[in-house]
Formats: sequence, structure tokens, C-alpha cells
Amino acid sequence: MAKTIGDVILSFDNISLSFGGVRALTGIGFDVREHEIRAIIGPNGAGKSSMLNVINGVYHPQQGEIIFRGQKRRGMNTYESAKSGIARTFQNIALFKGMSVLDNIMTGRNLKMRSNFLLDAIYWGPAQREEIAHRRRVEEIIDFLEIQHIRKTPVGRLAYGLQKRVELGRALAAEPSILLLDEPMAGMNVEEKQDMCRFILDVNDQLGTTIVLIEHDMGVVMDISDRVVVLDYGKKIADGTPDEVRSNQNVIDAYLGVAH
Amino acid sequence: MSETRSIEPVPGRLDTFPRLLMQHARLRGGRPATREKDLGIWQTWTWAQVYSEARALACALAQMGFKRGENLAIIGDNRPRLYWSFAAAQILGGVPVPLYQDAVATEMAFVLQDAEIRFAVVEDQEQVDKMLEIMDQCPALKHIFYDDPRGLRHYHQTELASLDEVMEMGRAHDRQHPELIDAEIASGVTEEVAVMAYTSGTTGKPKGVCQTHASFISAANSGVMLDKLGPEDSVLSYLPMAWVGDHLFSYAQAIVAGFTINCPESGDTVLTDLREIGPTYYFAPPRVFENVLTTVQIRMEDAGVVKRSMFTYFMGVARRCGAEILDRKGGVSLIDRLLYALGDILVYGPLRNVLGLSRVRVAYTAGAAIGPDLFRFYRSIGVNLKQLYGSTETCAAVCLQPDGEVKFDSVGKPAPGVEVRIADSGEVLVRGGCLMKEYYKRPDSTAEAIDSEGYLHTGDAGFFDEDGHLKIIDRAKDVGKLANGALFAPNYIENKLKFFSYIKEAVAFGHGRERVCAFINIDMDAIGNWAERRNIAYSGYTDLAQKAEVYDLIRDCLEKANADLAQDPLLADSQVDRFLVLHKELDPDDDELTRTRKVRRRFVAEKYAVLIDALYSDQPSQYIETQVKFEDGRSGLVSADLAIMTAKRYPPAAAKRVA
Repeated sequence: MAKTIGDVILSFDNISLSFGGVRALTGIGFDVREHEIRAIIGPNGAGKSSMLNVINGVYHPQQGEIIFRGQKRRGMNTYESAKSGIARTFQNIALFKGMSVLDNIMTGRNLKMRSNFLLDAIYWGPAQREEIAHRRRVEEIIDFLEIQHIRKTPVGRLAYGLQKRVELGRALAAEPSILLLDEPMAGMNVEEKQDMCRFILDVNDQLGTTIVLIEHDMGVVMDISDRVVVLDYGKKIADGTPDEVRSNQNVIDAYLGVAH
Repeated sequence: MSETRSIEPVPGRLDTFPRLLMQHARLRGGRPATREKDLGIWQTWTWAQVYSEARALACALAQMGFKRGENLAIIGDNRPRLYWSFAAAQILGGVPVPLYQDAVATEMAFVLQDAEIRFAVVEDQEQVDKMLEIMDQCPALKHIFYDDPRGLRHYHQTELASLDEVMEMGRAHDRQHPELIDAEIASGVTEEVAVMAYTSGTTGKPKGVCQTHASFISAANSGVMLDKLGPEDSVLSYLPMAWVGDHLFSYAQAIVAGFTINCPESGDTVLTDLREIGPTYYFAPPRVFENVLTTVQIRMEDAGVVKRSMFTYFMGVARRCGAEILDRKGGVSLIDRLLYALGDILVYGPLRNVLGLSRVRVAYTAGAAIGPDLFRFYRSIGVNLKQLYGSTETCAAVCLQPDGEVKFDSVGKPAPGVEVRIADSGEVLVRGGCLMKEYYKRPDSTAEAIDSEGYLHTGDAGFFDEDGHLKIIDRAKDVGKLANGALFAPNYIENKLKFFSYIKEAVAFGHGRERVCAFINIDMDAIGNWAERRNIAYSGYTDLAQKAEVYDLIRDCLEKANADLAQDPLLADSQVDRFLVLHKELDPDDDELTRTRKVRRRFVAEKYAVLIDALYSDQPSQYIETQVKFEDGRSGLVSADLAIMTAKRYPPAAAKRVA
């Protein structure tokens, strides 16, 4: 079944990012279309996480422009980016280890919470109704990710793969239009990867969320992405469909290698 | 949405399930009938709602051409709408046929073909995928209704339809033409087949057991009267719907007595849900009780010194007098009573609470002979655990243990309305209202099973003791003799071994042989825990199972069991001599166990013949390679070099009890 990929919603023009003398990104330009799954691949140190951080507003590039939904956004900070519908997960998991799974995912609802401080304190009327509505959304996410059996467990006690799933849940709780996933499959075995792929595809399919993901597992990348951009030493060396990228000589030399 | 019109008096006698359901909707329409935990909270449906939903589905089925007497396949976990599908089929005079949800597609294909299934109600995408996989082998299958739409958005097969849509259509039609379903309910006959359950098939292909409204209501009533079950009771429905026991507890008795059934959120959350519901009537197969006991023992090892010593001391008190106190027997000293009461506050009460058994008035176990020690443990901490004995062919309830007469090694007295006789061969024969009508399309098997006097040959060997309680020895065809003529009851030996938390499964061999030898499956959790405590590193099940330290541990267990066996003159010769620890767990997916986890002896003996030969020779070890089937149907190979050890055997009756 073909899904409809929309227009460009995010585009990067000549992005350069340096930390002192270290050039993390040089002249990066690519775009992301609505409803697609865009993968960023490349060897370690190529600048992939930095690219994600730039999208997110964590780093501000010294040069270049980010255009998000038609607006120039180079100076956008993390709060603004979250408010405008960009959510993300982290390579090394940034959950609140002492809080339960349920509470962690609830924190993802943060920007959607509106109620009055006083009413919240006594938990009455509109505050209560809002809490119930948020809780319902969070429970739907828990149901979607099949983590009911650990909803009250403190996150720090969970296995790595489950923590990654919880982080995905927290990102989903914000109802983003763009989801940034930083190595969502790292440290997982085949079965867990299949589960994670299924969740990502379901999110993209059912909720229409645009997904930008960094991933090292080529099988996963080739299987689920619509388009792939390849970075190496901070520069873009290829951009296209998985098949185009797979047969690109530069990419093979830098990263993929050849089958023996 | 509940029906707003009031319900007329039930047309006819209360002797079919649809009419009993209608009666509950009339008399206690607002009381909870079914609950399910969904999105973190317990959702409730009242009797009036359940009645209305069952009617809606029945109406829809009728519209789509479901005929009287036709079979409806039902496949999935315990979900309210799947339970209501049983009622819907019965309303139309049809026969619900539940299948095991963890069966693979080929196993299901057999049942679907045998039962000529045209309509199937399934839970979710997983079951839909299996149906689609076997569709070309089952050309009759034309309608697949699914409950949970998740993942099915892009499935466009014409056979598929969501239960939501189907029931909406049925609801609308029922509202406009209620007389259609009214007439169907009125025309139900008690001797009609109400449900068909396929037997687990330890030998050969499964057979469909046809039970009527009459037989299941009779069986349900036996238990309801004996244990005084009523509308205030509450049950957790977590066992496979395809198993006759679950049908008895969660469907037949629920509709006869009017109590509430609760469906857990998912297979993983059963223990939490059990604690939240706090059922008053509980059933679990012996394996579950074994696992829970093992978990308790493991966690006590992890506990602090104070808790551990409290546990050990008060468990000692419980062992001494707990069961007697529960039975309200005399002969317990005042001091012991006081100590037990103290223990109840400090240990047994909290323990029952953690296990979710605080409100349990009656708990049953059945399905395989349970180890007496395990049984005693639960009774001694105040859980009124009793045994029941029966089979698919008898609606699960032949013998029940009355309160106050609970013996550890018997299965109780014949239930009200049931006659039990022992044949000359020692086989248990049963006659009564709860017997099946027949095996589906197998008149020859039916004639073999039920004799001219109406007695069912159960295939179990047993005898009555002095109090009129039935004792089951083993499956009649498994009971054998050793080479010297002594009795060999493999199940009895295996149950003794399985009581040790370290041993998950055991298979004993000895028929026609000089001595008894055994395969052992270790319990990964218990032994993993034990190994970690001793800094023994291991890389997985196969590796752990072959460690020398683990073998020594298992040998200790076997020697304790042997010492116990030596005490009984009948069994002293059955002590286990040589044994080995298997490199992989016996699994239903590999056809080594049935879906209800009973060992398929014949198959296991053939598959592991090389190991049996090695056990009976003098070899110190044996290499083996086995095929395993993974859950998605692919196959793999597991191999290991298994060590064989000898356990010490004791001279009969002169052995001292090893602590």
C-alpha cells in the first residue's frame, strides 16, 4: 500500500557547524518531506548526531539556514522546536531513572498541559479532567508499545531495550509532527529490532508522523526508509533512495564496503 | 450501550445457557458480569449489557448465514467479546469451538477442517495471520471476525471484518426485529451440543468432544452447590479458553451461578491483575502453583536475615498445624494455635496478599496429579486449595474434594450426580449427567470410550481408599511394571521430583526394565539464581544445564526423592538410578508436551531413544542433537554432550528420612 509522501516540510541549506577548530558539519544540504521516513547514515564521527541536534535546536550552526514549514529557523532553541512539533529520542537514553514508566511518558505531555497552578494544587474541576485526558493518551501509548506489564516499574530497573521503548513513548506523548530517533535499535537483538521497526512503521503509518532516524543496522535502514542521506567527516556524500545509496561508489568506499 | 427495554420472562425452562443468560439479565441486569483491564483501568459490563451484546453478535451471524447446529471457531486470549461469542453461537443453536491461541497454523488447520468451520471469531492480527496462512487448506472458511483492529488497517481480504462493524450491524437489526433472536432463544434444547472442545491428543490426532447444555450445566451445578458459589463471587479468567476447565470456571459456572469473570490486561500482567481483583474463586494448574512456590522460595533467599528467619520459623509452624486448622480439625494445641495466629499476621497473611489470594474462599487445581507436598504448602498458609479430577470428556468435574475432607494424595469424592467405579483392570469408570455426548464424527472412538452400560473409560488407573476418596495412580497405559513385577507409576515419581524448585520437568522410564532412569529439565529461574549466588557463570540454558555443580544439585534432589520412595513398600523399587539433565526444555512447539503441558511420553521416548539407551547402558555421557521449532515455524538444531549420573538408592523402609 503506497502512503502519500507530502511536500518538503524541513530543509537545510549549506549548514556548517564547528566546535572551535573541529568542523562537525560542512555545507550540509538536504530536505525532509512530510510523512516520509528519512535515514541519516554514516561512519561514527560523521556528524549524524550533530545534525540531529541542529534540527532540534540544541546546536546553532554558524552558517546556513534551516527552513521549517516555510519559516527560517536557524536560531530556534530547543523549547521552540519542541513547541512546534519536533520530538526526539537520545542515543544514550535520557529518561528520569527514578520515575516509573508511566510518569516518564506523562512528562512527554508537558507542553500540552495547560491548567491553572491553583487548580492543579487542589486537583479539582478542570485540572482533574485535564489530568484524566492526558492519562488516557499516555495509556493509549502504553497499549500501543505493549509495555503494560512495566507501567509502574522505575525506568532505571528496566532492560536497555525496554528503556528505549519507553523513550519512544515519551516522544510520542508530545504528539509530534516530526520524530527524531537517534539510533533507536542500538543494543537490541533481532527480535527486539523487529519489534522496534514495527512500532516505527506503525507510528509513521497510523499517525502520519515524519521520521528522521539515525541508524547503523543497514538491513533496517534499507528496509524501512524512504530516502537516505549519507554523511562522512561532516560532509554529505550521497542522498537518495535506499537502492541509489546502496550502489553509490562513494558510500561503498566510505562506509558500506563490498560483499566478499 | 445497554438495552433500555425491559426483558420478558424467560421462554421455557432454565436449561440452556442462552436462557440462563437471559435470566441473569432480567434479575440482576445491573450487576457486573464481565470485566476487562484495558488502558490501565478495569472496564465493566453488566449482565444486561452482555446479554445485549451476545444478541447483537448472534443477529449478525444469522444475517450472514450461520445455521443451526453449525460450528463457530473462537481463537484468542481471554477477551470479553470472545466469551460473548460462545453465547452468541449458542443462541442460534450453534456450537462454539475454541482453539488454543498459541497453536501453530498447521495444528489449527486440522481442527478447522475437522469441524468444517465457515465462521471464525479471532482476537487480533496474530490469529488473523494464521487464518490467512491456512485459508487454502480450509476452503470452507469464509468469514473471519477480529476483535482488536491493531495492525489490520491494510488487510483487504474480503473474508475479514471487524467485530465492531459486524456487531453494530447486528445490534441495529436486533433492535428492529427482536423477535428473531427471541425465537432462537426459545427454541434451544438442553440436549443440543453447547460446546466442542478438542482433547489435547497425547496420542494421535485431537478429537472434538461434544458437550451438551445439559452436561455442562450439570457439571457446573455440582461445583456450585458443593462450594456454594453465587453472584458475589469473582474469578480471574486467564487460562486458555480452549481448555475445558476454563470453560467450566469462566463460562458454565459463571452463567449458572451468576458470578463475575475478570479478563487480565495481557499474559504478562496476570499476577498484578490477580492482586488487583482479589478473586474469591481461583483455579490454576499444578504447574502455576509450582512456579509460584518456586518464586516465593527464590525471593526468600534474597530477603534479609530477619524476614528469612521469620519465614522459616513460621513456615515450620504452618507445616505442623496449618492444614489441620484450615480443616477445623481438633488436636492442635493452644500454643500452636496462638503461634499460627501470629504467623497469620506476620507471614501467611502478607504472603497470600502478595500472591493475590487474600479473598480466595475456594481454590482448585487439576489437570495432572499434584505433588502432596506442594498441596500441603498452600493449605498450611490458609489457602483452601482442593483438587478436582475430570477430563474434557466429563466437563472437567468428576470428583471434587468437599471442604474439611481434603486429603493431599487423593482427588476427592464423586461429585453430586456422578457415579465412579473401578474396573477389574484398575481403570476408573465414570457415569453421570456430565458425560460427553460423543466424539465429533468418530462413532468408533465414542463406542470405545463409553461402554454399553454408559460408563466412560477414563484411561486413568486408580482406587478408592477407606474413606471413599478416589486416588489416581497414573494414566492406565503409562502404569507399568518393572522387570521384577513391581509397580511402576511414572507420574508419581515425576511429581515428586517436580516439587523441588530446581526441577521443572521430569520424565521417568522403567517399564519392563531392571531399574528406573529419568530425564530432568532444570528450572532456569531457580537454578540461575542459585548459580549466581555461587558465582558460577553461565551463558544460557544449555550451558547451565551441563554444569557439574548443577548435576550435583540435581543428584541431591533425586536422592531425597529416592529416600522418600524407599519409605513406601509398593514404590521402593521405583527409586531413580541413573539420570541426565536435558540440554533443552521440553516444549509443546516441538510436540514433546501437549498444549496443557503434559508430557507426551511415547513421542519423547522415540525422539530421545539414543539417550534412553545410554541411560540403561554404562556410558558416562551421550552426545545428542535435537531439532527445535521456533515460534514462527522455522527449525533449528541444538546439540550437547549430556553427562549421566547415578543417584544413590536406599534399601526399602530402612532408610532414614533425609531432611
